Amino acid sequence: MTATAEELAEGTRLRARKRRQRLMVDAGLLVFCVLMLMPLVFLIGNAFKTPQELLAWPPTIIPQDPTLENFRIALAETSLLRWLGNSIAFALSSTAAIVATSAITGYVMAKFPFRSINVLFFLFLATAVVPFEVYMIPLYFQVRALGLLDSIGGLLIGYLVMSFGIFLIRQNTIHSIPDELIEAARVDGAGELWIFWHIALPLLRGAMGALAVLAFFQAWTAFAWPIVVTSREQHYTVEVGLALFQTGYTVDTGLVSAASTIVLIPSVLVFVLLRRNFVQGVASTGMKE
Amino acid sequence: MLRRRKWMFAVLAVLPTLAIFAWVRLYPIAEMFNLSLRDWDLLSPRRPFIGLENFIDLFDDRLFIAALINTTIIALGVAIITIPSAIVIAALIHSRAGSKLAPFYETAIFVPHVVSLVPAALAWKWIFDSELGPLNAFLGVFGIDPVAWLHNPTLAVLCVIVLCSWQALGYAVIIYLVGFKNLPVSLYEAARLDGASARQSFWFITVPLLKPITLYVSVVILISGFNVYAQPFVLASDTQGSPSHLVRVLVYDMIENSFSNFRIGYASAEAVILLSIVMIITVIQFSILRDRSGR
Repeated sequence: MTATAEELAEGTRLRARKRRQRLMVDAGLLVFCVLMLMPLVFLIGNAFKTPQELLAWPPTIIPQDPTLENFRIALAETSLLRWLGNSIAFALSSTAAIVATSAITGYVMAKFPFRSINVLFFLFLATAVVPFEVYMIPLYFQVRALGLLDSIGGLLIGYLVMSFGIFLIRQNTIHSIPDELIEAARVDGAGELWIFWHIALPLLRGAMGALAVLAFFQAWTAFAWPIVVTSREQHYTVEVGLALFQTGYTVDTGLVSAASTIVLIPSVLVFVLLRRNFVQGVASTGMKE
Repeated sequence: MLRRRKWMFAVLAVLPTLAIFAWVRLYPIAEMFNLSLRDWDLLSPRRPFIGLENFIDLFDDRLFIAALINTTIIALGVAIITIPSAIVIAALIHSRAGSKLAPFYETAIFVPHVVSLVPAALAWKWIFDSELGPLNAFLGVFGIDPVAWLHNPTLAVLCVIVLCSWQALGYAVIIYLVGFKNLPVSLYEAARLDGASARQSFWFITVPLLKPITLYVSVVILISGFNVYAQPFVLASDTQGSPSHLVRVLVYDMIENSFSNFRIGYASAEAVILLSIVMIITVIQFSILRDRSGR
C-alpha cells in the first residue's frame, strides 16, 4: 500500500512540529542553566573587579578593567591558604575513615548472615535518621575532654563514619559479588581477610569511588561542626574562614569574591572530572526502594 | 568449625566500626536526652535534674518560637519550590536524553549543589544587596524602586529560601532523572495509542509513578531544611555583622544557647525538639509508603 501525498505531507508536518518542540525545550533548558550558573559567574566576575568598579551602578557582570589584586591580597594577606590546607586534610582523612569503615562493615553485613550482625545493621541505619546538628553539642564536650578542640583530629571525630556508606557498600556487595565466588575461595583454603582484600575490594572499587567522592564533599562543605569545634583563626576550615571573613562591619566584596573563587574552582573542577562517580553516588541515595 | 571461624571474622571486622559508632553517635545521642532534663551552665560541676522544665521554658521563649517558625517556613518553602520545578526540569532533560547538550544540562543544574555553601551564599548576598546588587538593578529596568532584600526580616527569609532552593534543585533533579530512566516505556506507548497527549501522560502516568521518589526527595529536603544553618548565617547577618540575627533558625538558636548563653541543658532540649520534628517527618514517610504497598 502506498501512502497518499496527503499522508506524506502530514508526516513531514508532524516531524517539523517535533523538531520545533525539541528546539523549544533546548532553548528553555539553556536559558535555565545559564540562570542557575549566573550567581557563580557574578562571583567570579567580582573577584576580578577594582574597588571603583565594585561600587559602579548599575553593576557590571564582566569586569571592564580586570585586576588580580584581590587574589594577591587573598593569598598573601589572609589565612586562606592555611584554611584550604585544613579543609583538605580534614576532608581527606574523613574520606579515608568513612571508606575504610564502610567497606569492611558493609561487606560483612552483606555476606555474613548472622542474626547479631543484622541487628547491628539496623542500629547503624536507624541512627542515620538523627541529624548531626542534634547530637553535635554533647559530641563537642567529648572532643573537649580529649583536648582535641581546634585540631584536625577534633574535626575528624564528627565525620568518622557514615551510615549511608555502610548501606551503599552492603547493597553493592549483594549485587556484584556472588556467594559462589567467596565459597570457592574458602574451599581453596583462603582466609576471610584474604578474600575480603583480594576478591571483594577490587569488585567494590566503583562503589567505593562514589562513596569517596560523597564523603569528601560532605566534609569539604561541613559548616556547623567546624564552627563549633574551632575557635582560633589558624584552625578554621575554609568554609568557616570565609563566613567569618565577611561578617565584619564593612565587607570587601572584591576580596571575599576572590577568596571564594579560589575555593570554588577546585571543587567545581573535581566535580566535573568525577561527575559520573558523583551522580552515581547521589543517585544511589534515592534508590532504596 | 567453619561457621565459628566465619562468625569470629565477622565480629572482629565489625567491632572497630561498632566502637566508633557507639562513641561518636550512640553516646552523644543518649547524652543529649540526658542533658535536656538537666540544668547545666557549662562551668559548674553540678548538673541538677530538673525534669521537663527546659521544655516548658522553651515554649515561653520568644526567640525559640521565632526560630521554630522561621525554620519551618524555610523547610516548607524550599520543598514547595524545589519539588515541582525538579519534576518539570528532569522531565525536560529526560526528553532530551542522548542529545549532546544533556550532560551540560545535568552539570549546570547540579553544580550549585556541590559548590561550597559559603561561597555560594556570598554570591547571592551580592545579588540581593540593596545598593549594589544586580537584582535591584534588574528590577530598576522595570521602574521598581530598590528593595532592601536582606534588611527586612520577611524578605530575608524569602532570600534564604531562594538560596536553599537553588542548591537543593540539582540534587532533586538527579534523583528524578534516575526515576525517569526506570519508568516503563510500554505504558507510554499504550497511552499514546489510546490517544493521550504528552501533557496527559505526564499528569496521569509520570507524576503518580514517581510518587515514591517525590516522597523520598521531599523528606530529604524537609529534613535538611530543618537543619539549615550556613545559609542564614552568611546571608542574614545584620548591619553590625552578627550572623543570622535577622533570620533566626533552630540550629543557630541552639548554638547560641550553648556557647554564648551557656545553657547546655536548654540547648539540648531544643535538639530533642529538632529530632522530634525529623522523626515525625520520617514516620509520615514510612506510613505513606506502607499504605501504598498495602493496597
